[in-house]
Amino acid sequence: MIANYGYMDGSGEYYITIDTDKCAECRGKMCVTACPKALFERVTDDYDDDVVKIADGKVKDIRYQCMECKPPGHPVLPCIAACTPMALKHSW
Amino acid sequence: MISAGIDIGSKNIKVIILNGKKTIGEAIRTSGENQEKAVDETLALAVKNAKIDRSDIDKIAATGIGRKTFKNADYVITDVTAGGRGIFECNNSVRTGIEIGAEESKAIRVSQTGKVTDSAVNEKCAAGSGSFVESMARALGINVKLFAELALSSDATIPMNAQCAVFAESEVVSLIAQNTSQKDISKAVHDSIASRVSSMARRVKLEPKIAIFGGLAYNPGFVSAFKKNLEIEEIFIPEKPLFVDALGAALLAQEKTVED
Repeated sequence: MIANYGYMDGSGEYYITIDTDKCAECRGKMCVTACPKALFERVTDDYDDDVVKIADGKVKDIRYQCMECKPPGHPVLPCIAACTPMALKHSW
Repeated sequence: MISAGIDIGSKNIKVIILNGKKTIGEAIRTSGENQEKAVDETLALAVKNAKIDRSDIDKIAATGIGRKTFKNADYVITDVTAGGRGIFECNNSVRTGIEIGAEESKAIRVSQTGKVTDSAVNEKCAAGSGSFVESMARALGINVKLFAELALSSDATIPMNAQCAVFAESEVVSLIAQNTSQKDISKAVHDSIASRVSSMARRVKLEPKIAIFGGLAYNPGFVSAFKKNLEIEEIFIPEKPLFVDALGAALLAQEKTVED
């Protein structure tokens, strides 16, 4: 499943997309510890797959949570770098 | 097997009781201040309507924004999965379901087997939700039903520039001050919501047949604006748009029991 976590408001669209089929195959789930804001949490989803999702209560302000990892010219986001199955994307 | 699906929404609690795939009871009531009590009362009402005893229910699945607050659920299912399963049951040719509830909207793409393949939720911005319509109808001093129907009698295109529900209300007040007719304001509001919901829905690569459910599916002004915005002729609206998530939860309770 392609799960889009985030929101859109007057300033734009802020979604983190997780391809849960790819994510389920990853054993390490290194994105969970790579994120300095602890945005990701490991869960068993409704289809009994071991995946990560954006933690409850953090979806509505991911734009601000992610801000410090996104200074101009930043090479690669820590979560993206840690995601070996390349299951993560940011929309902004 | 008898199962119950409880959809604990921000505004309403919906309960469906199934015997196999047949609905034998249902109930709806507002969430109110004491959600736990409201859930128990809604479930009790659905049990009464089903003419069964509470102990006859084999499995209960809870979904919706308040799903984790119901302690007696055998399964807790996200509203995306429940919505996908529910809309697929209503019409198995649906591939994209758009749910617009009181406080959030979501888009769900389902496979030919009813499994969710893509989803997006917007629970932050009220400008794409049912409560926005209620708020704008209040600003005009008319009821929601009339407000929804008025939009159909207008051909005007008045862009609403405000991106936020709070500022949009100020914009409506300005339009009232400019003697803009109620029908034109209603159309502007519905066009604005349709535009926001469509943008969110496009994240899931819309695939026909498209369905809408949730409270706004009852709103003809929104349905018309949404179809126009997506440039589609046909849209599927289930017979009971408010109960789709509860239906999906009740079905999944049975399916998960079999799997276990």
